[in-house]
Amino acid sequence: MDYTLLFVQTLNGLQLGLLLFLVASGLTLVFGILDFVNLAHGSIYMIGAFICASLTLWLGNFLWAVVIALPVTGALGFAVEKLVARRLYEKDHLDHVLGTFGLILVLETGAHLIWGPAGITVPLPAWLDGQVELFDGAVIPSYRLLIIATGLAVAGGLFWLVNYTRLGMLIRAGASNRTMVSALGIDIATLFALVFALGAMMAGLAGMLITPITTASLGMGGQIIITAFVVIIIGGIGSMKGAFIAALIVGIIQTMGRSFLDQGFEFFMSENAAETAAPAVSAMAIYILMAVVLAFRPQGLFPPKVR
Amino acid sequence: MPKLTRNGWVTLIAMATLAVLPPLLLWSGQPFYMDLASRLVVLAIAAVSLNLILGFGGLVSFGHAAFIGLGAYAVGIPAYHATWGGFELVASYNGLFHLALAIGVSALYALITGAISLRTSGVYFIMITMAFGQMAFFLFQSLDVYNGDDGLTIDIRSELPLINLDDPLQLFILSYLSLAAAMILVKVIVNSRFGMVLQGAKGNNERMVTLGYNTYLYRLVAYVISGTMCGYAGFLLGNFTTFISPDMMHWTRSGELMFMVILGGAATVLGPILGASAFVLLEEFLSSWTTFWHLPFGLMLIGVVLFTRGGLMGLFKGRGR
Amino acid sequence: MDALLRVTDLKKTFGGVTATDGVSLAVDKGGIHAIIGPNGAGKTTLIAQLSGTLKPDSGTILLNGRDITLKPAYARAKLGITRSFQITSLIMDMSVLDNVALSVQSQSGHSFRFLKPARKIAAVRDAALGHLQQVGLDARADMVTSALSHGEHRLVEIAVALASGAQLMLLDEPMAGLGADEGAQMIAFLKTLKGQRTILLVEHDMDAVFALADCISVLVYGRLIATGTPDEIRNNADVRHAYLGED
Repeated sequence: MDYTLLFVQTLNGLQLGLLLFLVASGLTLVFGILDFVNLAHGSIYMIGAFICASLTLWLGNFLWAVVIALPVTGALGFAVEKLVARRLYEKDHLDHVLGTFGLILVLETGAHLIWGPAGITVPLPAWLDGQVELFDGAVIPSYRLLIIATGLAVAGGLFWLVNYTRLGMLIRAGASNRTMVSALGIDIATLFALVFALGAMMAGLAGMLITPITTASLGMGGQIIITAFVVIIIGGIGSMKGAFIAALIVGIIQTMGRSFLDQGFEFFMSENAAETAAPAVSAMAIYILMAVVLAFRPQGLFPPKVR
Repeated sequence: MPKLTRNGWVTLIAMATLAVLPPLLLWSGQPFYMDLASRLVVLAIAAVSLNLILGFGGLVSFGHAAFIGLGAYAVGIPAYHATWGGFELVASYNGLFHLALAIGVSALYALITGAISLRTSGVYFIMITMAFGQMAFFLFQSLDVYNGDDGLTIDIRSELPLINLDDPLQLFILSYLSLAAAMILVKVIVNSRFGMVLQGAKGNNERMVTLGYNTYLYRLVAYVISGTMCGYAGFLLGNFTTFISPDMMHWTRSGELMFMVILGGAATVLGPILGASAFVLLEEFLSSWTTFWHLPFGLMLIGVVLFTRGGLMGLFKGRGR
Repeated sequence: MDALLRVTDLKKTFGGVTATDGVSLAVDKGGIHAIIGPNGAGKTTLIAQLSGTLKPDSGTILLNGRDITLKPAYARAKLGITRSFQITSLIMDMSVLDNVALSVQSQSGHSFRFLKPARKIAAVRDAALGHLQQVGLDARADMVTSALSHGEHRLVEIAVALASGAQLMLLDEPMAGLGADEGAQMIAFLKTLKGQRTILLVEHDMDAVFALADCISVLVYGRLIATGTPDEIRNNADVRHAYLGED
């Protein structure tokens, strides 16, 4: 057993998990508080990535690009909320799903029109492109550590926001009793728009962080949204804690599965069979996990208290 | 009941047009329209199957495209092995074998995923069916032997007794008759005692449970029937396009299916056919106009959700907003 | 004489709240037994455990001597319990007759029957119409349920409960939202059921309770503080204290 590889892959899994958390948290926040199912969340992740990529190429500076792209993405989320989402709240979840599905088509085609069919590759700035040797033989790109640090910082910030600030209190109150909060004179409409924007920013941030490693591409939104859904289903829809834990589990399983499953299979299968079966099963792994969790807890691992 | 007769007439006229127009166009030297019609009809079968559980049962399955893919691969994989060897157990060009495989695999898949998904409801159910659909997508995408993402092309269509699927007209006729049969089947099921329970559960599940119905079982049975019917549509589609890829199972395909059902008017017999027609024709028209046809299409979808109730059939019935 | 329903030491806790705190009661066949109590006393939670929607943490529920404590909700109808809901719980976009017919249909074994059009089955249709006649709504049979008034909805709920054939009917605030006339109508109708069915009634409307009940139980914070005839309850000091505060 190659422990160094195991460690590196665990770190990879952690990275993926934290990025997933950034996306899933917005999704679960919007569902938990606004009772709104937003399929287009993945598209915002994609657009955030593209905006940041374009800005990086234009400004020549990745960090500044992120700093500017974040509020821009937030503003996009705000706009989407005001123009589309708001009108769908009073309808049932099916309408949310269909409406945001149409929104995905609009946003993705829009992105295609603006940025073209090929993706945008963004090089890492030199100071981030280094490597760190954590211990004997375990060499990690320092950017990965940055992503992990950022993910943890955002998670911590969210936790603080929701539990220790006035805004967070309003958010939690709005989640459990919308009418009451608006009766108290709080502008629910703006509150909701802010929550939406916050979710959008986090999704955008995830997209921005991953762009230097892969590329900003048109298909990335569609790819991440389903995984994000699996995360919040496993974690419990509406629960931040659930999203965090589930995201880490899913990230690690996906990474480990790809790396180690074939070795595991070779214990009881021929090498050929393992080579075919392993990618197939690891592709399905998180869904199998979801099914198992649901078999025992149909509401997810940490469902929030019922309204 | 006058309202029903009006719907009945509309249905009859629509189906008659569909039966007559494409062959006419074929004979007048425009085979393209026959192809369009065949595709429309096959998708309509899938939409009719989804309508059983979505429109009448209130179960929003966002993973139904998986069944289409399974049915199509039930044709593709045996044909592949029959051509290139290997996996002798399934290698075959025999259409009846493909059909049995398509139905069997779809039913099994529906049983397993349905048994798990139906333990949840509401938005959980939507997301879980979507996730299972994607699982099937990723599974087939990972199978390099069948070209994964690049898809499988078959040279030889399913060999059926009496029918030659290489003849577009015969393929169309088989599909059309299948559609008619599917519509009748759904109508009979919906009006039966089983159907009453299903519809009752859609309206108020807790009430039905209190009355003594184990609604979970009824829904599971409906889900399996629906999935199997959709798998059959996949069998036809695979034979029609001869190109089979995981993309057929992508969740966006499921979304399009749902749109056909909702657009056409859920909980009506003709609705899915109208929806499928509207979708196929729109796609054809818009994509010949611009490659960015998804944009006006998406806007249109948003518009339909925001501004209409009951879809096209609702407009027929006079229930538009 | 053995009671139709015998509840023994039922307990249910949610988080920190004890909704049902060792409730025991017995309901005799053919009578009307009412459960009253201030808001938050746990009346609906009790009904939910009796109908099977909620599992009690401990205690037993015996129906005709048979232990049904852990039986799932859908099984209880066949065993002889049915329930109506505090907030009208009918299938709004189906006809009134359909709603009652579904109740009738549930009695005849399973409904995995795919061929005959359900609405054409005379036995079911006639039985359903009969129950609608009983509550005086047979004229409305073919109307869509959403078109009826609230009072008529409450009556349809009763018809649905009757049609299930269950001996024990759990009625959760049947008077809810009814005006004076409709309320009187409902009371008069429920009186006609005495002897035919056994009713366990949860109610806030004291006029209805004292007009109908043979036996009253008072539930306060999940505990039954008194059980007795209407006169006994009227004069019970604990009850007065619970409802009216200091004497």
